[in-house]
Amino acid sequence: MSIIEGATEEALRHGAVKVKAVHLKLGPLSGVARDALLFSYELACEGTALEGSRLVIEEVPATVFCRSCEVERALTSIQRMRCPVCDTPAPQISRGREIELVALEFAA
Amino acid sequence: MNATPRPPQAPRLVEVRRNALKQNDTLARALRDRFRKAGVRVISMVSSPGAGKTTLLEKTLIMLLRHWRVAALVGDLATENDAARLARSQAPVKQIITGEVCHLDAAMVERALDGWNLEELDLLFIENVGNLVCPASYDLGEDLRLVLLSVTEGEDKPLKYPTIFNTADVAVITKIDLAGPVEFDLAAARDNIHRVRHGMEIIEVSSKTGEGMEAWLRFLQHQRGEVLSDVSCDSGQGCRDSG
Repeated sequence: MSIIEGATEEALRHGAVKVKAVHLKLGPLSGVARDALLFSYELACEGTALEGSRLVIEEVPATVFCRSCEVERALTSIQRMRCPVCDTPAPQISRGREIELVALEFAA
Repeated sequence: MNATPRPPQAPRLVEVRRNALKQNDTLARALRDRFRKAGVRVISMVSSPGAGKTTLLEKTLIMLLRHWRVAALVGDLATENDAARLARSQAPVKQIITGEVCHLDAAMVERALDGWNLEELDLLFIENVGNLVCPASYDLGEDLRLVLLSVTEGEDKPLKYPTIFNTADVAVITKIDLAGPVEFDLAAARDNIHRVRHGMEIIEVSSKTGEGMEAWLRFLQHQRGEVLSDVSCDSGQGCRDSG
């Protein structure tokens, strides 16, 4: 619902009447499942400016900053919070919690 | 603001870049500020249904009431049962009935605080709805998030729900008195927790027998930055199950 609200707000701000697509960035540590989101999207859009729009989800990897390698690295699994190269434990997540509205496509 | 008329034909793509949970995050930050100014420490609890949040909280409130001004907010989908249980501790308790919503959000917490003077509190607990998925995404303005794992759930819960373990600050393994009967592998559980959140502090308790409760209270004291004189478990009314 927050996605719908946010996108509706942005659509209004940009003076759009009809939204064709909503582009969303989703991280594996967001707590939101892609399929569940896609499943509920259509229903949640009913009666809003987003009705009939597509939800385009870009899944982004979780990354950690490895203090040994001194570089940001993508995790191979969120069940293993260690640097995938040197295996140093990585307590700090850099990215992966995103539920980010990236862009809106308007009809005209 | 953006009043430039557009040609009506081609679809256009507009970059927005905003966090979908921005509203909640903004509200949670305001709550956190409010808590800090009032000098109240706020600890939230998440777990699957039936992991023992309410029981641990009830025992904790009873023990802490003698020393601190404590209160609790408790989230539930449909009933006020948990608030009724917690109210037996004599601490101020408020139920948040979420209806069909499977998690608490910052707005619900803010509404529930209505009428409470936070400056009269030392410690506020927020018990989330029993759910290991959705609560992970919502900041409630808490200082500390505890994730509870009961021994009856199995050692692999952290691997199955890495996000909730990763967003929590401390893990509490509950019902430790049942570890033997259900053959719970404590070492494996600890290892799994540390796989998804390296270095996470782990506390093991049994709300029923009182095992581990002293360590739990020491942890809470540490949170308050104080040392209390008498929080031992031998008063009969505190962490021991007095029936």
